[in-house]
Amino acid sequence: MISIKKKLNIAQFQSLIALFILCLGLALMTDNFMTTDNFWNVMRQISVNVCISVGMTLVILTAGIDLSVGSILAFCGAVTAGLLSNGISIPALNLFIGFTVLGAVLAGLLVGGGLGFINGYAITKFKVPPFVATLAMLTMARGFTMLWTKGHPISGLGETFGFLGTGWFLGIPMPVWISGIVVVTAIVLTGKTRFGRYIYAIGGNENASLLSGIPIAKVKMWVYALAGILAAVGGILVTARLDSAQPNAGFSYELDAIAAVVIGGTSLSGGRGTILGTVLGAIIIGVLNNGLILLSVSPFWQQVIKGLVILLAVIIDKSNQKSE
Amino acid sequence: MTALLEVQQITKKFSGVTALSQVDLRLEGGKVTALIGENGAGKSTLLKIMSGIHTDYEGELLFKGQEIKFSRPKDAQDMGISIIHQELNLIPYLTVAQNIFLGRELVNAFGFLDRDKMIRKTKALLERLKLEVEPTALVSTLRVGQQQIVEIAKALLTESSVVFMDEPTSAIGESETAVLFEIINKLKAEGKAIVYISHKLEELFALADNFVVLRDGKVVGQGEISAISRPMLINMMAGRSVKVIKKSNKKSSKEKVLQVKNLQLTNPDNPSRPLLNNIHFDLHNGEVLGIYGLMGAGRTELCESLFGLHHRRMTGSIELEGKEMLFKNPIMAIEAGMALVPEDRKKDGIVPNMSVGKNLSLSVLEQVSSYGFLNSTLQTTLYDKYVASLKIKVHSEEQLIKNLSGGNQQKVILGKWIARSPKVLMLDEPTRGIDINAKNEIYELISQLSQSGISILVVSSEIPEILAISDRILVMAEGEISAQFSSEDATENNIMNACIPENLTK
Repeated sequence: MISIKKKLNIAQFQSLIALFILCLGLALMTDNFMTTDNFWNVMRQISVNVCISVGMTLVILTAGIDLSVGSILAFCGAVTAGLLSNGISIPALNLFIGFTVLGAVLAGLLVGGGLGFINGYAITKFKVPPFVATLAMLTMARGFTMLWTKGHPISGLGETFGFLGTGWFLGIPMPVWISGIVVVTAIVLTGKTRFGRYIYAIGGNENASLLSGIPIAKVKMWVYALAGILAAVGGILVTARLDSAQPNAGFSYELDAIAAVVIGGTSLSGGRGTILGTVLGAIIIGVLNNGLILLSVSPFWQQVIKGLVILLAVIIDKSNQKSE
Repeated sequence: MTALLEVQQITKKFSGVTALSQVDLRLEGGKVTALIGENGAGKSTLLKIMSGIHTDYEGELLFKGQEIKFSRPKDAQDMGISIIHQELNLIPYLTVAQNIFLGRELVNAFGFLDRDKMIRKTKALLERLKLEVEPTALVSTLRVGQQQIVEIAKALLTESSVVFMDEPTSAIGESETAVLFEIINKLKAEGKAIVYISHKLEELFALADNFVVLRDGKVVGQGEISAISRPMLINMMAGRSVKVIKKSNKKSSKEKVLQVKNLQLTNPDNPSRPLLNNIHFDLHNGEVLGIYGLMGAGRTELCESLFGLHHRRMTGSIELEGKEMLFKNPIMAIEAGMALVPEDRKKDGIVPNMSVGKNLSLSVLEQVSSYGFLNSTLQTTLYDKYVASLKIKVHSEEQLIKNLSGGNQQKVILGKWIARSPKVLMLDEPTRGIDINAKNEIYELISQLSQSGISILVVSSEIPEILAISDRILVMAEGEISAQFSSEDATENNIMNACIPENLTK
């Protein structure tokens, strides 16, 4: 029994070793890597990707994909920022609604969940392939962002809101707290609930799941809605850190999220993978980014190296599967 | 006269199970040979060896007296052996002409595709087959019957000397069948050897010169078809010397658990031929009702319909314990007390990369939850219970189900449904691809379950199996129930006789 458990975690084990070697190398080659400041800096940068990647993991476990998270992130950040600084005013009714930080954040999350739900609805009810449905949402949500912001950043959001992105609580940055809560919740959700078990079953064999009485459409819609909500969390963190919602925020973040999921050992064909693996994947990407900057590697080479790491991770994962 | 193609002492095993045993066969030019046998008798395996699909076998193949060894299907094609498969192998979004010339496209002097020439040739071929479709029509726009003719055209394009036809008329109508017969007679006159497989015995009597009967992978009879009668053929196909142990005569309950009335299922590919038609039957409390039929008779569709999978295409009434049911999806059927162990274990049964424990609990997650969270202790309890009672051979709860043997996988799937204590348990080919010991254990289990009051519907294409486990037997043919037998009246011969559709040609 113990040996099988070990086997199942082989991907995570390898990721940990890779991460350790990476850190060791950077510690020897640079002066600034092993400092407290840099540690929290890396963790804070990673937290946004961790939130999105957790949502992406749920989607990919069902054998789907969500390309729209980067755009949803931008739109939700902009919605939250816009409501905070301007509220909603309807001149015709002589109506003005102001928003507290909590209200604006909840509205942002709701919009994210709503857009994710639309993805899920298109995929389950109209049988649009996930790639296409979320590609359409990628374009639309970016368009909504431009419409909402009129192409200009929304700034001046106040200290309370800014605390979410830049504040510290009990010696740990707020974004790390938030992404930590997301990760723990997701681990419980995937490992300890029926919903989580259904996610793995659907990705592992959708026919068998159907015949086992699993409500496939409902589960999938929730999964895409959750991915949308988590993208909104990421959007709020980014906006709070910069004290500004940028119309082009989150550009190509979906690719970083997919990379983290894949490096973490989750199979793109569904049914196999873990949240913990994805977190490790996100940390590896974050440390790599940080290290390459500290080593003053040119940004062009940084991209090449990141691509190679993704490729290598998948090749290693495939050979793991074969030896199983 | 030397045979065009000759098979000598061919034996083929699949992971230890013998599919063909020392088969001899001679195919002569100008003759149609009917290859006959029930499901799983080895017909398709034999065809696949002769057409280069299976290359690993014992024995010899002779082509015009010379020994040959194919290493891939193309080798057989190049020799002039072509095969018309039962399943369609066409690419839907290519045109008729593109499909027919797939892999052997004609090119002009510049190396570009010679579209006009291919279309002209296709046109001639289609005219010969009296198929009125344009060579440029997409295959996806054709009816299934027309697609079958395109498949035939594909085989006729190359000048083959040996043509295999595996159930070529299963999807086509009478007029198309008549054209096909004309073509076959023409090919015969040209001196080609034809092997014809069909469950429709009338077709064989109309077409064939010779016959070969396979049973359990062995040739049990061959000769000229004019020298044999239909009952004799059926006798050869079915006649087993194995004694079937009849069940102990337990008192059967008269209480009706499931009543099916006038069930009908339309065929999306061919509205004039419903997949299920006029299905009436009752299932009594604690009864094992066997359903026998050849492939395509509608057995699987019947189970699926009773499980809420074809809600939109189905009409008729299903009553469970006297209450009219409308199953729109499997969830509703399961909640009402139905359970289905599907035919294709790999495709529809197991979640391969999940552990045995998780597969087992998949349909009873509420039983292994406490306070809304999954409880691994409860799952272990469930696992221990069923591993012991079903004698599942497994290392641990964490072992992936894909690493179990077929028999043990099937037991896990069974356990998953038994855990729900269903009212009606449907088993679609419960012992397919399972070794003999596990088979017997599953028979034993079926008997125990029925005694505990679960009503069971078993679909099988093995007559001895049906005879051994059923209290009552329904035979299906062409989407209808063609006969019903009590376990006392049922014999291999009368089941076989009832499952072969009559009067389909002419």
